[in-house]
Parts: sequence; C-alpha cells; structure tokens
Amino acid sequence: MLQTRPRVALFVTCLVDLYRPTVGFAAIKLLEEAGCQVEVPEVQTCCGQPAYNTGDRATAKDLARNVIDAFLPYDHVVAPSGSCAGMIGHHYPGLFGDEDPHYRGKAEALAAKTHELVSFLTDVLGVDAVKARYEGVVTYHDSCSGLRELGIKAQPRKLLGSVDGLVLKELPDSEVCCGFGGTFCVKYPDISVRMVSDKAKDVRETGADTLLAGDMGCLLNMAGRLQREGAAVKVRHVAEVLAGMTNDAAPIGETK
Amino acid sequence: MVHLTSPAFKENATRALADPGLQKALARTKPQFHGKRAKAVAGLPEFEQLREIGKNIKNHTLANLDFYLERYAAKVEEAGGKVHWCSTADEARAAVLRICRDAGAKTVTKGKSMISEELGINDHLESHGITPVETDLGEYILQLRKEPPSHIIGPAFHLNREDWEESFRESHTDLDPKRVFTERRDILTEARTKLRSRFLAADVGITGANFLIAETGSSVIVTNEGNGDLTQTLPKVHIALASIEKVVPTLEDATSLLRLLARSATGQDFSVYTTFSTGVRRQGDLDGPEEYHVVLIDNGRSNMIGTEFQEMLRCIRCAACMNHCPVYGVTGGHAYGWVYPGPMGSVLTPTLVGVDKAGHLPNASTFCGRCESVCPVKIPLPKLMRHWREREFERHLTPGTVRTNLGLWAWFAKRPAMYRAATRLGIGALSLLGKGKGKFGWMPLAEGWTRGRDLPAPEPGGTFMARYAKTRRNGR
Repeated sequence: MLQTRPRVALFVTCLVDLYRPTVGFAAIKLLEEAGCQVEVPEVQTCCGQPAYNTGDRATAKDLARNVIDAFLPYDHVVAPSGSCAGMIGHHYPGLFGDEDPHYRGKAEALAAKTHELVSFLTDVLGVDAVKARYEGVVTYHDSCSGLRELGIKAQPRKLLGSVDGLVLKELPDSEVCCGFGGTFCVKYPDISVRMVSDKAKDVRETGADTLLAGDMGCLLNMAGRLQREGAAVKVRHVAEVLAGMTNDAAPIGETK
Repeated sequence: MVHLTSPAFKENATRALADPGLQKALARTKPQFHGKRAKAVAGLPEFEQLREIGKNIKNHTLANLDFYLERYAAKVEEAGGKVHWCSTADEARAAVLRICRDAGAKTVTKGKSMISEELGINDHLESHGITPVETDLGEYILQLRKEPPSHIIGPAFHLNREDWEESFRESHTDLDPKRVFTERRDILTEARTKLRSRFLAADVGITGANFLIAETGSSVIVTNEGNGDLTQTLPKVHIALASIEKVVPTLEDATSLLRLLARSATGQDFSVYTTFSTGVRRQGDLDGPEEYHVVLIDNGRSNMIGTEFQEMLRCIRCAACMNHCPVYGVTGGHAYGWVYPGPMGSVLTPTLVGVDKAGHLPNASTFCGRCESVCPVKIPLPKLMRHWREREFERHLTPGTVRTNLGLWAWFAKRPAMYRAATRLGIGALSLLGKGKGKFGWMPLAEGWTRGRDLPAPEPGGTFMARYAKTRRNGR
C-alpha cells in the first residue's frame, strides 16, 4: 500500500504528560482513526508559556528552538490544547525578531502546520463524526486561547454531536475565562478562585453531569473548584470522550 | 496628584472581593454593557471593517503626530482659540490655573474628563481658592463623596442607588429631609436642580475632548447628559483638556471613530450629545465662549512613541476592555489604584507612573484576550501587558521566588532527558501521595492553589512519555 498517510507529530503538552496521559493516548487514537501516522518526538518538554508569560523571553526562545527543531520535519503538529497550539502557532514567530531571521523563518513554517487537536480533525482532516458513546449530559467550556487565538468554537460541538448517547447542554458565558491563566492562578489566588467559583456556579446550574474542555489547565482549575464545593460533576478533556476512552481513566481528580 | 495605591493591588483586590456593595454594583456589568455592545455590533455588519479603519486612522496619525498637532494648533488659533502646550502634569495644572485666574474665576464647572483626573485639576484649583463643580452625574456624586472614579465612562459604577440617596441626603441639607427617592429620575431631578445655578454662575467651563480634529481645529465631546454642552457654552471661558494622542486628521476620521466609540462603550449607535467646538464665539453666534483654550498635554505619551507601547496611544477610552474583563469584573476599578483601571489601565498606568509602582497591573491578567477582541481600535492589550512583564523581568522587578522557581523549571525543561527523569520521580511521588484520593485538599508550596480549590492528583500509572515509551517497547 502506498504511504500517503500524513505524518503527524503529537505535541503532548506538559500538563497532559504529567497529569493526564489518557488525553495523549486519546489524541493518538483519534488521529490514527482519521488516517494519520502519529509520532511522539521524544525531546519535547514544554512549549515555553510559563517563561513567555512571566516575561522571561530568553528562556521562552530557548524552549521554542527545541520545539521548532524537533517538530519541523513533520507534515503537521497537533496538540490537545488550544493554549499550547496557540503558543506555537500564534506566538512563536513573534519571539524571533530581525536578529534571528533563520529561526523566525523556521518558527513561521512550524506555526503554519501546528493545530489544536479537535480543530485539526474537523478543519484539516474533514472529520465530521467520531465512533464513540457517552451516556450523559455534557456541558462545554471554551478555553480562551483556543477560542480567541485559534477560533475554536463550533468544532468540538460538531464532534460531540456525533457521540452516541451524549446530550450537550450549553454553558452560559462559556466564553468567559475560568480564572486559570497559568501562573495567574497562584499569583492572584483570591481573584482566580472568585472567577472559577463563578464558573463552577454556571456549570452546576446547567444541570450537566459532565464538564468538558480542551485544555488541561482550565480543566484542573475547574475540577479543583467543583470538587472543593462537593459538586457531583465529572470533569474530562474533550478528547477522552471523542475517543471513547472514558473507561481508561477516572474523571479528573476522582478515583473511579 | 492622584493618590496611587497600585502597589497594593493585591490587598485592594482582596478587599474589593469582600465588599458586598461593590459586588452588587459590579453584577450590573453584564446586563448593562455586554449585551448592549453585542447587540449594537450585530446591528452594524461592517463593524469589523470599521475596527480596521479605526486602527489605521490612529496608526497613521501617530506616525505623523507632530504634523497633525501643529496643523491642529494652527487651526485653533485661526478660529480665535489658544493652545497651551504642556509636557508635564505640572505645566498643565499651572496653565489651567493661570487661565482661571486671568478670568477672575471663583467657580469652574467641569465636564467628565479622565485627563483631568490624571492631572488632579480639582485639588489644584481648590488649593488656590477656586471651586470646581463636577457636572457629570457620576462625577458629581464622587465629588460629594470625595472618591475617585472607578470606571472611565461610568465613574460611579461602583455605587448602588442606596449610596446615591445617602450621599444626596447628607450633602443637600437645604432640601426637605422627608423627600422620597422612588426611582432613578428622582436622583437625576435633584442633581439637575442643584447643578442649574452652578452652570449659570460658572466663570470658566472645563471639559475633556474625545477627539481633536486637525482639519478644523475642533474639539469633540460625547456625553449622554448634555452637561458637557452647558459646561462649555455658558461660561465666558472654555478650557478643553486633551492629551496629544486625541488628535485625528479630519472630520471624516472623527466620525468613523465616533461610530466605533458609542457602540463599544455603551452599545448606543451614537451618544445622546456629540458636540463639536471650534474656536470662540463669532459675531452673530447665539452662544459660545469668549475665550477658547486648549490645554494640550503630553505627560509621558511621547515617550511611548517608537516603543512597543505605541499601539496603546490608539485608545479612544471606550471602556469596552474593562467592561469585558473578568478581573475588572470582580475587583472593580479602585483596586487598580490609579486613574485608569482594567486592561487599558494595566498597560497605560505603568507607562505613566512607572512599572516599579504599577507592576501588579500587567501581571493581574489571565491573558484571556477578551479585551483585545472587543477593542474598537484593535489594541493587542495582552501582548502589551506581556511586554511590561518582560521589562520587569529585565529589571529584576519580578519577585525573587518567581524567578527562582522559573529558573529551576527552565533548567530542566531545556534538558529533555533530565526533565523526563525528574518528572517521572515527581509525578510518581505525587501519584503515590494521592493514591485512592484522586485529589489533594492542601499541598505545600501550592497554597495559592489549594486555598480555594482542590488539587487534582495526577492520573495513576506514570507520565505519558513513560507510558508511551513502554507501549513502544512492547511493540504495541
């Protein structure tokens, strides 16, 4: 058989790597089912956002160079996160100015082929349905970077609509930030907790039994708050549901 | 000068979060601003193109600022007005005082103006025996209460109706103490009654300016109460206070920006009053001032030209950024600790008072980007806040613990093999600690997280990279 499958490099993201490996495996499954040949470059650590958003541009550039060199050879780069895909696809080129035209060019080339997982499936590969089943009423939070930097809004809803048994109930103010904001959540905990409490209230009021989103940072934040409040809402990354892998791991912050 | 509490942003915010009155007032943000703006924008299909036009008008002007300012000034003088060029706040205060003294002024009426807050004009006039009277309803009550504005277009947005009633009863002691306030109109009527005689008695009227038009030498103000018009037409002397970036080339440019301004600010297609003032009263004019002064203020703006912060000078002060900011939405404007709150303030304040004092502001953002998405002139506010964080990092203003933690993390993150080994150990330990629990209610060094939320434990079974390597070895 002719080898025409696109070679996709999975950018796992540090939070999926450390906190939620099932999301990485779900991403691989979804990409392979859509006809991709998936590889996981071994030298990846982090896209550099913690440094970039703390103002440490030098470290952000060092980390970006690592990512650029490791991922440039592939046809596409896919991350199960709007935030990290936004960092590579939206911010990397701006890190390298006129003093480094070589890496600027490489960063632009990488940016052009970097995608968030769900939008890659729908917009690039033309996937319009998945083979998965999930019994539950689900609500969806639009993470800020994915929404505003990458325009991800309809794509997850489209694929969730094809999941058997799943009922989607829209979250009011789903476009309002959950209060995570990377290091913001620990630098300004009072404000962050207030923001995520407002979010938790909205989530609870939908009556949904499951909350989904496409970014681990937001998910950890919202799960942490919902559980502190004792809310019976399961929190998961959208890829787990789309890949039909909800039996592979308990909901975030739960044991079964 | 305005009292600066930006260094205490964190404490200010904590206090604000615990203030039930403020929280009640802030809950109005959504019904009052979000929906109305969205509706106004939806009603104008070319709104996105208009944003691009607005951005280009401002960029073009800023690139030729000296030219347009000189042209504007020449036109003002042609129409019998006078331009006072002031590089600092001190010079501007002195100019205003001089004009008022020359007019023998005892009372000065004022329209709403943020630059006037920046300059601290009221205190300056008062300390020299001249009485300033705020005529914008919001500013009027703030003057009674001796409070600064908390919002750039709704200065008293932090107050509730009961606060209004209380302040009016306390201050207007000549009125019947048994009078009842049943609706907003009653407050309005009382303020109107009180202000009417002030308008007529004023010797000088001070307004701000939303735009200065180089083509005609006009200043433009937009209001919903009409107070600005009374302020600038009734007294013999009109002073328009404006910072240098308010200038636009032509009348047409100003009208393009006006189409963006009201929609972005209050969701109106147009403000109730949009008034163009050009020079002094001419022979045959029915009204208008005998003297028309423009106090043109730099106060740090020109330092931004040619830097990464130049884009901030496009700001037309519509307040859409703060109206849609989730941080402003829970802290209110006073927490920011200076004249300009919200995202635009978080970029502007460090420029004007120093990032060493206002460093919290650009850090207190989740970079959610909603401000940028509603900005009528497309200012990349998160990017500019990040530039401030870079300046802080370069100048070692970033807190030591943050630098140390970041440095440690970066050392590993730049060395994938070491990172892999360290994270495997770390996550292994965390998994073990969280075994059977799924989450932590408290975690040392993560107290900021765990104070108000649980910390989910990592999924058992090791990191993705470790598990993936294993599946590859086993031939999957």
